[in-house]
Amino acid sequence: MDLLYNIFIDPFVQMVQLPDLFVQTLWEGLVSGVLYALIALGFVLIFKASGVFNFAQGIMVVFAALTLIGLYTLLRGWGVRPGDLAAFLALGLTIGVMFVLAFGVERLMLRPLVNQPDIILFMATFGLTYFLIGLGELVFGGEPKVMIAEDLYLPKGSLDFKILGGLVSLQKIDIAAAVIASVMVATLAVFFQKTRIGRALRAVADSHKAALSVGISLEQIWVIVWFAAGIVALATGIMWGARSNVSFALQIIALKALPVLILGGFTSIPGAIVGGVIIGVGEKIGEFYWGPLLGSGIESWLAYFIALIFLLFRPQGLFGDKIIERI
Amino acid sequence: MLYREAGQFKTSYQADAAIFPLRQDRIGIGVIVFIAIVVIPLFGSNFLLSSVMIPILVSALSAIALNILTGYTGLISLGTAGFMGVGAYACYKLTSIFPGINIIVHIVLSGFFAAAVGVLFGLPSLRIKGFYLAVATLAAQFFLSWCFIRIPWLYNYNASGAIQVPTRTFFDVPITGPNASAMARYFVVLGFVIVMTWLASNIVHGRIGRMWMAVRDMDIAAELIGIKLYQTKLLAFAVSSFYCGVAGALMVFLWLGASEADSFNINQSFLILFMVIIGGLGSLVGSFFGAAFIWGLPILLRVLPEYVGLTINSATVEHLQFMVVGALIIFFLIVEPHGLARLWQIAKQKLRVWPFPY
Repeated sequence: MDLLYNIFIDPFVQMVQLPDLFVQTLWEGLVSGVLYALIALGFVLIFKASGVFNFAQGIMVVFAALTLIGLYTLLRGWGVRPGDLAAFLALGLTIGVMFVLAFGVERLMLRPLVNQPDIILFMATFGLTYFLIGLGELVFGGEPKVMIAEDLYLPKGSLDFKILGGLVSLQKIDIAAAVIASVMVATLAVFFQKTRIGRALRAVADSHKAALSVGISLEQIWVIVWFAAGIVALATGIMWGARSNVSFALQIIALKALPVLILGGFTSIPGAIVGGVIIGVGEKIGEFYWGPLLGSGIESWLAYFIALIFLLFRPQGLFGDKIIERI
Repeated sequence: MLYREAGQFKTSYQADAAIFPLRQDRIGIGVIVFIAIVVIPLFGSNFLLSSVMIPILVSALSAIALNILTGYTGLISLGTAGFMGVGAYACYKLTSIFPGINIIVHIVLSGFFAAAVGVLFGLPSLRIKGFYLAVATLAAQFFLSWCFIRIPWLYNYNASGAIQVPTRTFFDVPITGPNASAMARYFVVLGFVIVMTWLASNIVHGRIGRMWMAVRDMDIAAELIGIKLYQTKLLAFAVSSFYCGVAGALMVFLWLGASEADSFNINQSFLILFMVIIGGLGSLVGSFFGAAFIWGLPILLRVLPEYVGLTINSATVEHLQFMVVGALIIFFLIVEPHGLARLWQIAKQKLRVWPFPY
């Protein structure tokens, strides 16, 4: 009876009694959800256009962030002062590096593996993950690094609101993350819906063969989506890096993006965002109110269970394309 | 010329359905088992036995487990290490509660515990397919890892949170714990692997295996010809998890000697998936190839630079190792997506027509 009370009544009583704490938890969940969604967005982009389940997205985030910091330090070493927009020069160069990476992946990995089963491509991205981990540690070293948030003019500090009889404090960087994520999603949505390349991308997503037959170059499309995923990875890396340090442990968060993906559906960009928010909020609220009952740390698996429950009702995710099976 | 089936007539249905229909295959497998049982223990050093052979055999067993699920039934699972952990912890609990019963019995029993957990986490597989299922099995992986850390009952309320394997004997020879010789442990592991591979081979070549393969190739079509999807998929989960559980128990009791929750983390699951893919999906012999490849490659990469005469500091070697392993995996998938087992088949075909080109 006591247990039932603790599960079904006590958490809600707490929520009502301390609404400011509830709002704070909600906000934190929202922010981590947005960041999960950003990683999931990279996955979705590549899955939509090439059907590849890109496990390397997590390490791409770390790799992009490390490249940015590394290039910045290099530029500073050459005597470029912060006032000369060294950070933005580094940002541009990093985008260039991500393009080279996308090109290399397409040329060396995807093209020879065309027409292979999904699981083979999935394992190949695994090889890519190992390769990038080794390369990153070789070039940049394994120790955690500090993101150059100030030089990129990202805000810091926090905004405090006195509401609901308490104090709710929002980190400015979190607000910036939410804004950047929304801008990015909007841009991608416009890009997919309105531009010529976007239409080609959707055509490829629908059917590789049909797209080829109307003269769309698969190779170009793949370079473009991997490049786009690289830019999303860079943005994610900057945001995550600004909240905590940039280290290789960060690639573990890529695993957190997976429940977001299956919840939203592999092929849906809005799904990634909605899924991210549901998972982020569910996880934080669950950990905060129900976590102590089970012993803490339930954050590590709660996200998967939330996704699993949704999946039992909609096996293709909330926004995924309906799976039609024929014999 | 060397590998010719000409003149070997099958005179009964039994001979026709045999797993090794050719005399050369039977001789070959006999030689391999002979080498494993007699030659390696006679001439192998302790290092070879305990750091090369035991890990390869245990990994091969877990690769067979995943192969049953992924290679034969087509259900991608990323929770292998979690189920191995269930086997290991079940075995540890069983042997601390019933120390009088032989450890071999406990290892087999712990497989059943893993099978039960596997069936539980296999329940969503009827509705969820493909990569969605793969991610769903991650739920099992993370939940089980969490259990191994947060439920102190599982490791007998140790302060360290790790399990220490007690000494257990088999016919008065210590086979687990710090006193066990590498030779004794090797023989126990080898025995398990031989028996379980033989069983697996019989399962996958029989009616059940055909049901699994039908489900893998197209589950709706399989359902239409009268295969009960739910039971077949759950059976695959049960058998696979049983093998995982036994492999996990062997891993902790006969290989590592001690373990903590981290031994069964997500990386272990991925490593086993690698073995299955590199070895060849849907091939038992491929599981052995894959395990040998994944264990042999790092050793080779460590030895090779020294052999050539290059001196690189150890940190760089480790980073280079990551890069080389990653690049090799991609290279391998490009050259032979069907894995080492397929290369073996090609080699057999070549031997068949040798010395003629075709």
